[in-house]
Amino acid sequence: MNDWTSSSVVIRHEVGLHARPSVKLTKLAKTFASAIQIAGSPEGPWIDAKSIVKVMAMKAKQDSTLYMRAQGGDAPAAVTALKDLVERDFDEDAAHAASG
Amino acid sequence: MRHPVELKGKPASDGIFAGPVFFLSSAEAERRASGDPEVERQAFDEAIAMAVAGLAALTETAEGEAAEMLSFQVALLEDDALLEPARALIAQGKPADLAWRKTVDAEIVGYEMSDDDYFRARAADLKDMRDRVLRQLSGAGARQAQAGAILIGDDVPPSLFLEADWSKGGAIALTQGSPSSHVAILARSRGIPMVVGLGNVAPNGHAEAVIDGARGLLVLSPDEAAKRAWSQKAEDLAERRAHEDLFLNEPARLKDGTSIELLINVAEPDELDHLDAAHCDGIGLMRSEFLFRDGKPLPDEEMQYRAYRRFLEWAGKKPVTIRTLDIGGDKPIKGLTPEGERNPFLGLRGVRLTLDRVAVFKTQLRALARAAVHGNLKIMVPMITVVSELEATARLLDEVMADLAKEGVAAKRPPLGIMVEVPAAAIAPELLAQADFFSIGSNDLTQYVMAAARDEASVASLGDPSHPAVLYLIEKVARYGRDRGIPVSLCGDMASEPRHLKALIAAGLQTLSVSPASIGRVKAALAEIG
Repeated sequence: MNDWTSSSVVIRHEVGLHARPSVKLTKLAKTFASAIQIAGSPEGPWIDAKSIVKVMAMKAKQDSTLYMRAQGGDAPAAVTALKDLVERDFDEDAAHAASG
Repeated sequence: MRHPVELKGKPASDGIFAGPVFFLSSAEAERRASGDPEVERQAFDEAIAMAVAGLAALTETAEGEAAEMLSFQVALLEDDALLEPARALIAQGKPADLAWRKTVDAEIVGYEMSDDDYFRARAADLKDMRDRVLRQLSGAGARQAQAGAILIGDDVPPSLFLEADWSKGGAIALTQGSPSSHVAILARSRGIPMVVGLGNVAPNGHAEAVIDGARGLLVLSPDEAAKRAWSQKAEDLAERRAHEDLFLNEPARLKDGTSIELLINVAEPDELDHLDAAHCDGIGLMRSEFLFRDGKPLPDEEMQYRAYRRFLEWAGKKPVTIRTLDIGGDKPIKGLTPEGERNPFLGLRGVRLTLDRVAVFKTQLRALARAAVHGNLKIMVPMITVVSELEATARLLDEVMADLAKEGVAAKRPPLGIMVEVPAAAIAPELLAQADFFSIGSNDLTQYVMAAARDEASVASLGDPSHPAVLYLIEKVARYGRDRGIPVSLCGDMASEPRHLKALIAAGLQTLSVSPASIGRVKAALAEIG
């Protein structure tokens, strides 16, 4: 029951979890079957990472820590993928590297 | 029969149009609730699906900021956290439109109360999304697509402008709004007449209206005599435009065959959608300010790179001149431009400001250098007064090039030219001879030479770009450039005005950059000169 896979990551994006990063985060979360939750502190409140309404309502700012946890068959993969996305700064530098 | 009502607002886009009116605010009032929760629930789910489908279709053609705004709305409409509360209200017996409005409005309050400018600005996206669904519910979504109407409302979101069918003309009349808004820019480039700031317009059952964009006039329920007079004016205008359109595909030439390089001024990537690159010789002025809107976060390098690249790909091999950030003066941006300047037009604006905000400037130069590999890019620096400003900019560009090379990122160093708009630059262009090109900004040059602020109505008559003192400086810069082999163009509003063309050609200019809507007009006028 309490088998959450968890992790945390610092948001580097210059305006935090605004519309574009939030859209990417929820889209990615929806590709996993597991229940995925995020929070601004290890004590919660935990919110559904697949809901853009709730993710935006967190108003997570730059340099704040994003806590994440998942429960289900693909939980470890989900947590890793979400953490990667935040660490890659939501792929906003991807085309940058690709054109290099 | 309604009495005619004449309303005066501010001109936002020229042109005359007469046709049926469509009140944007009346959409939700017309829906009749069924009283059956089952039916309401079904209507609600259908409206959401239709709104998502409509947004998805729009997303395919939109890019950059517009596309992001649309995909954010789609994500919201697919989120049960938003839909379920509305469905619960419907199950309790509330009509679908009221349930939806109540749910979204509760969400909007959270955004509006935020202390973060960025989150507050998103409230507009939620309202746009809310109204899109309400239009679907009232059946107005389908009616909206009817072409050739005058849209009347408080303000028009860009998404509504982009999805409207303008093939049979149409016009926009707003009670609020601004001539410098996103939608006004799009309307000008599409040639859709638009008036803003009309104050309260009461629907009162008006069915038709005429609009005169250039005069900022809206006449609701015009009488027969007025309608005849207006339709005559509209016909004359249409006839003139049809004549000018014949020139669109022709190269710009004087009567004697001398060819003129005709470029365009653009301010928004969305403008390109309806412009044919074959009609011009390239972009003479791309204003990068659209990326830096007041109240929005600063654009990062990636976002800028993608936007610049789009202009270059549109132009193909033709030149694209992108002007570095030109804010300050009458274009403040909170957090970036200085506050409380006593005379902003003579203050920290253009290159003066960007050299003071080096991080912002370098980000833009990096994005430009990266985009340069995709076409024929030139960088233009505004408000250059002394050569040290140009040298400092060139040094920053060198640094940026070195960094990119070190990082192994593809980039190219574009030519670096200047706007000639400060009298010091126009009087002594020889002091700025190291610029790769000159582009005369006649709007600012005129206001500085005539000492008449552009935004001051009481001195508007002094701000005449055809005053001999202004023409003298234009001629001087053109001659200096010709003697020294430095390309010279002019990108101010006067180049789009046929009455000024003769003087500009006589001053020795052979490259002009004009508004996209005036290409035909300018080519037709040039063919009469010489």
